[in-house]
Amino acid sequence: MKKIDRRTFTKLAGAAGVAFSLPAGAGVALGKSPRVVVIGGGFGGATAAKYLRRFDAGIDVTLIEPSKAFVTCPFSNTVIGGLNTMARITHSYDGLRAHGVTIVHDRATGIDAAKKSVSLANGGDVGYDRLIVSPGIGFRWGAIEGYDAATSQTMAHAWQAGPQTVLLQQQLAAMPDGGVFIISPPVNPFRCPPGPGERISLVANYFKQHKPRAKILVLDPKEKFSKQGLFKEGWAALYGDMIEYRNASNDGTVVRVDAANMTLHTDFEQHKGDVINFIPPQQAGEIAQLAGLANDSGWCPVDQQTFESSMHPNIHVIGDASIASPMPKSGFSASNQAKAVAAAVANLLKGEAPGTPKFVNTCYSLVAPDYGISVAMVYDFADGKIVKVKGSGGLSPSGASAEFHKKEANFARGWYDSIAQDIWG
Amino acid sequence: MKAKGGLLLAALGVLALPLSAVADAPSPTVLANTCFSCHGTDGKSAGAMPSLAGKSASEIAQRLREFRADERENTVMGRIAKGFSDAEIEALAAQLGSK
Repeated sequence: MKKIDRRTFTKLAGAAGVAFSLPAGAGVALGKSPRVVVIGGGFGGATAAKYLRRFDAGIDVTLIEPSKAFVTCPFSNTVIGGLNTMARITHSYDGLRAHGVTIVHDRATGIDAAKKSVSLANGGDVGYDRLIVSPGIGFRWGAIEGYDAATSQTMAHAWQAGPQTVLLQQQLAAMPDGGVFIISPPVNPFRCPPGPGERISLVANYFKQHKPRAKILVLDPKEKFSKQGLFKEGWAALYGDMIEYRNASNDGTVVRVDAANMTLHTDFEQHKGDVINFIPPQQAGEIAQLAGLANDSGWCPVDQQTFESSMHPNIHVIGDASIASPMPKSGFSASNQAKAVAAAVANLLKGEAPGTPKFVNTCYSLVAPDYGISVAMVYDFADGKIVKVKGSGGLSPSGASAEFHKKEANFARGWYDSIAQDIWG
Repeated sequence: MKAKGGLLLAALGVLALPLSAVADAPSPTVLANTCFSCHGTDGKSAGAMPSLAGKSASEIAQRLREFRADERENTVMGRIAKGFSDAEIEALAAQLGSK
């Protein structure tokens, strides 16, 4: 199927003189169910679909998602580190169907904001009164010389969970003891800021048990990383000198990737790895780019009260793709944004004021199976933007007891079980 | 929203509060929904997190105030409770609490 971009779509639609199969009205017709379409069935989109139906079962909700089941990035590090199977992080859409959400397993290829319709890869389109776009991230292929979609088939990014997660896990399992694993996190902003630290930790945990002579080299183009103090405290306690971390000031910035030779080039050196995990720089997911929802930064500007796009009306962009700073790009953030936006959209469809949002974000990371750490923050909407509530949030204490870390590791697993149920259950 | 919201609350066996006393305050539903990402939909935990379902409004409010004042041992709830005002704690506790 040929990909239809927005311009082509508009031309086609114009030539046909009408929209395709499901024409969208100018607004919500009297006596007709208001129609909301959600693009993307991840933490943001699936939550939005479920909670729209909870707020108002009279809303006709259609979720467009190509995958038959969703594999979460959160907890994918436990699969890479050999602690869990893929089944543990894979969730079906049956739960959403039970809430009355119509699931269309197809890929959105374009959005016509004027006609209020979404075009699909397999043909036809779907009309909406309001659209919620939760596309996650895309990669800036080629931004670092030598790393593109083809390269990622041998040198995994594993920053979208699924086959990439399996690829990295299998490469690590096949790596000889005494081998070198190199991981290179991206520049800011990117999905899940503490994710690389957790991945380093759980690979180290795997090596410690199965390949004790292996080494991990971290090449970071940044000066520091999320929860750095807590991670380094844990690494020192658990993994000795297995992990070498180099930041930007210590020649950590990768400027060229040579996948054929499994080598990363920095300004002054080159590093050969037995397994390399290269996480490229990121931007809003593809549909956001195709539909003109992203600005020059590559991310999507929104009204931070309703997450309505600053680029096109009646379209709300949530999750990693949106500019929701100071909220981090996390699954927890996306899900919390989705709930507030579902409330706003349900209100707006009734002609009421959208209401004031409130957000929480908590990110757990496992430094080891029984060693958890966390960072949390609470957010208000004030003076037209999202702001951190003063005095709230922050990191787990440094120097905490083993008992404290064990509790946080249990809560990390408990969090995952609950949020997965809250979204897909 | 109000009529259907009321129905939903009634269906859950929860007494509806006036949606918001102050125009700019987040609604009790919006406040309570923030809890479900860890404690499960409607406070029914799916795993190791404590469930909120079945606890009374006064117990939830009391617990949150203790967390906020660092008067009760916790891992993360102190950091989270500090992000909620007295009015918000009362509103979300009334929304979540069993009757």
